Amino acid sequence: MAREPEMSPAGMDRTSVSGKTPTIAEMTDLLVIGAGPAGCAAAIDAAGRGLKVMLVDENPVDFEAMNNEIPLHFGGRMTGAVRNRNAMTDAVLEGSPAIAEAFEAGVDVRLGTACWGLFVKAPTATWVDRPMAGIADAEGVRHIGFEHAIIAAGSRDMGLAFPGWELPGVMGAAAARRLATHYDALAARRAVILGSGAEALLTALTLIEAGTACAAVVEAAGAPIGPSDLISQITERGTEILTDHVVAQAEGDLDGVTRVMVAAVDRDGRHVAGSARAIECDTVVLGIAAIPAIELLEAAGCRMTFDARRGGQVPVLDSGQRTSRPGIYAIGDIAGIWPEKSTDPSVAVAEAQRAVAAILATEDRLDISAAPPEPAIDIDAYLKHWVRASVIEAAGEPHVCQCEDVTARDVLEVRPPRYLDWQAPTQKPTDLVSLLGNGPPNPDQVKRLTRAGMGQCQGRRCREQVAVLLALGAGVPLAGVPLATYRAPVRPIRLDQLAETEEQPEMTETWEGWFGIPSMWLAPWELGPDGRPLADDSDD
Amino acid sequence: MTKAAPEPVERPTGTEEDVPGASVVVVGGGATGLSAAWWLARAGIDVLVVEAGIVGFGASGRNGGGCTHGYSPLFVEEQRLWPMMDDLLGYPTEFSPERIRIAFDEEQMARLRRTHEIGGRLGFRSEELDSTQLREVVPLAGEGSIGGFHHAFGGHANPHRTVQAYAWAIQDHGGRVLQHTQVHNFTMSGGRVVAVETSRGSIGCDQLVIAAGPYTGTLTALLGTEVPVAPARAEMIVTEPLPLMPLGGVDGNGLYGRQTLRGNLAYGGGPHEWFDLDDMEDQRPPSSPLSRSIAKRVAELFPKAAHARVIRSWAGFIENTPDGRPVIDRLTEPENVVVATMSSVGFGLSPASGHAIQELVTAGRCGFADLSSFALARFDGLDPDWRRRRGWVSTPATL
Ligand SMILES: Cc1cc2nc3c(=O)[nH]c(=O)nc-3n(C[C@H](O)[C@H](O)[C@H](O)COP(=O)(O)OP(=O)(O)OC[C@H]3O[C@@H](n4cnc5c(N)ncnc54)[C@H](O)[C@@H]3O)c2cc1C
Repeated sequence: MAREPEMSPAGMDRTSVSGKTPTIAEMTDLLVIGAGPAGCAAAIDAAGRGLKVMLVDENPVDFEAMNNEIPLHFGGRMTGAVRNRNAMTDAVLEGSPAIAEAFEAGVDVRLGTACWGLFVKAPTATWVDRPMAGIADAEGVRHIGFEHAIIAAGSRDMGLAFPGWELPGVMGAAAARRLATHYDALAARRAVILGSGAEALLTALTLIEAGTACAAVVEAAGAPIGPSDLISQITERGTEILTDHVVAQAEGDLDGVTRVMVAAVDRDGRHVAGSARAIECDTVVLGIAAIPAIELLEAAGCRMTFDARRGGQVPVLDSGQRTSRPGIYAIGDIAGIWPEKSTDPSVAVAEAQRAVAAILATEDRLDISAAPPEPAIDIDAYLKHWVRASVIEAAGEPHVCQCEDVTARDVLEVRPPRYLDWQAPTQKPTDLVSLLGNGPPNPDQVKRLTRAGMGQCQGRRCREQVAVLLALGAGVPLAGVPLATYRAPVRPIRLDQLAETEEQPEMTETWEGWFGIPSMWLAPWELGPDGRPLADDSDD
Repeated sequence: MTKAAPEPVERPTGTEEDVPGASVVVVGGGATGLSAAWWLARAGIDVLVVEAGIVGFGASGRNGGGCTHGYSPLFVEEQRLWPMMDDLLGYPTEFSPERIRIAFDEEQMARLRRTHEIGGRLGFRSEELDSTQLREVVPLAGEGSIGGFHHAFGGHANPHRTVQAYAWAIQDHGGRVLQHTQVHNFTMSGGRVVAVETSRGSIGCDQLVIAAGPYTGTLTALLGTEVPVAPARAEMIVTEPLPLMPLGGVDGNGLYGRQTLRGNLAYGGGPHEWFDLDDMEDQRPPSSPLSRSIAKRVAELFPKAAHARVIRSWAGFIENTPDGRPVIDRLTEPENVVVATMSSVGFGLSPASGHAIQELVTAGRCGFADLSSFALARFDGLDPDWRRRRGWVSTPATL
């Protein structure tokens, strides 16, 4: 019983991962994730240079996922058409002609295929013997092995709480654009847009184009922040821009938003008494910040940095778009979002070319484009003002984290979740200070205790708000709040789909028994007075 | 060996940040060190925890939350304390009593039976259930199991809440927790440790507790004592919340874990991975494609939850001794140092291990349990090459 743990002929602990390898279903030279302009450009370029390329994109996303706000905050504003997958595949292909071009160029294109994890060998995960991606499609879940991966996963939207923001009809700007352009399935008649940056204004124009009226652009700051040509395009179309305003409340019924109350705010974000007025609308578009969709990269351990010029938390990249993990590259919105890039597709295409050149070691032949310009606004102050005015100064206490019912106060006072119904035996209020001590506010630590960000939308709607709240609560710049970690699977996946179809025999054989150390399980009476097993026949 | 708390000695001053010293400094803000500090603070002792990162960000905040360690000499104390912990700490731990374990083959059943037998010998009851009875008490279970046990002991708690509860309770009792502060050396005087050298300067102490998880051996080596510990990685997955089962502490099928009080299924199991301490440097513990193997076993354990969506995975770095049992002992030299490392079962045992450490510090011996099997002396004469001889090493690049 107390023998040494079992060893393999190679002298390795058989109960460890040694001698086992993750299953790989397919191999490719280059895996491109995301079939937007950047991803398609990279795939076509690489295929033209002789690489074996697989291009995966999760669109068309199925109705159930959309209903769960995956991968974007769709707010229930999709038409019934999205239930028809074939029609949606056609719509996606029509919406992005580059996908067909990639197909023509010999790229192995997989639509309706989500990548939920990137796994690379790490010093503490050497059993991942080659880089691989976890993917999920209608047929199930597989690992695809790759030599190089270019991640072009685009952007999503920062969520922003206000009373009523859980109503159907409150949705992200990227989701609205996706439904309007890629799916032709946006069920919105009249929208109010929050935010006046380039992404918000482009969204407003896209919606107007698609037949959705834009009632107003609401901006908490004192002036619109987007490029002036976009601002005049908006006003020319008769949409008013309300500065120094927030949505004080969204009202509605079972079908969702029917109108919003907007209110003027002062410099401290306080709502000006008597300033509230109603705007009829069925949709509120959250467009205060486009967020690079870095989750796959972060979960794979690629280094991130807060870079205001590139829109916040972005991967650390070199001139060849290389992340800190060998073989993994980032291009398009995921590599950074700034107004000049949002309005000019050639910037993302240049990134695609640089990544392909880096893979083929020909990057020295390319001009490296200039770094993004200094931002026109201070995004730290801008986002803090929005969160203060919309979330903290809200009349009710809206849930910042909708999945787990967590309010701003819960976050700032580090309160245990309500379902515990915890009554402190003595009045000992907890707060950020007693939690943080001498350190920076850590969203993961706060998440563990309040559950903000722990829910089924995987924190997509609350994580940036929580980071801003913590920056406000601790009195530090947003850049000083560490990024909350992401974990695979970065898309929710059903247990029975994630499950390996067959357990490998070598896995089954040694699965049981924690660390496989027999002497660990001996009771005190099975041990001698020297603490060694009574029936010890091991030799040390 | 029995020794009263020693006389205070002069503490070095004039440090970079001038962190005031403490009667007892605890190195390591995991469950073990925090519980020890909490017991010390409750006993009215001036205590300071020094943690390199954030409390509980090591294995202590990444484990299965299991509190059922029948084979441990600390088991009886573990079982006595957990039901009282919320009240004692003043913060919720989400402790939930009892466990149900389900077997799908005879080998699994034999393992489960041992818990039943060991518990029984100590006066703890459990009941054997057949597959039909299991389905009655475990709504998410299905066909296919061969039986299992319902233990009227053990349980599970929420590791995140528990570690923070210790940290807050320490402060409530006047103790201090210093995060983001790394200990890199010790200052000796007259055969005793008189200060810990940290990234914030020197911090004086009369007594020292080292409870640094995988790093315990590195730190004691600075004091001339080998504590053999090898680091390894283990991982878990978690689903979206499901309706609560009457008893959340259900595991088996080679898995450990629980349904949380929020309803999520959080489970781990399967092969671990060995590596060197240096490999852990600046590494967040990575989860791996093993998630898929764990998912398969969870779906077998709970066929009626097969549709539940997995929303996260994580991994943790665990400390292990050569025989898989903890070390809780006072060093012979320097005499004012207590060392504690729990060999992969330290969360559940933490209420009891902290109590034991407190008694070792204040009274020189543990009065409520026989800790002779946790003594360091059992490793006297250990082959220095013990890790390689067990194959507890990183997978070679080329096999
Ligand atoms: C996936 C998984 C599942 C598990 N399941 C269970 C379970 O169900 N039940 C159970 O009982 N156990 C379980 N365990 C094991 C349990 O988590 C550990 O045994 C326990 O947390 C160890 O606690 P610790 O305080 O001794 O060490 P740690 O949690 O490792 O804490 C040590 C602390 O010391 C700090 N430190 C290290 N060096 C220094 C230094 N030089 N200066 C300052 N600080 C330093 C570290 O930062 C760390 O926070 C599991 C572990 C994992 C990873």
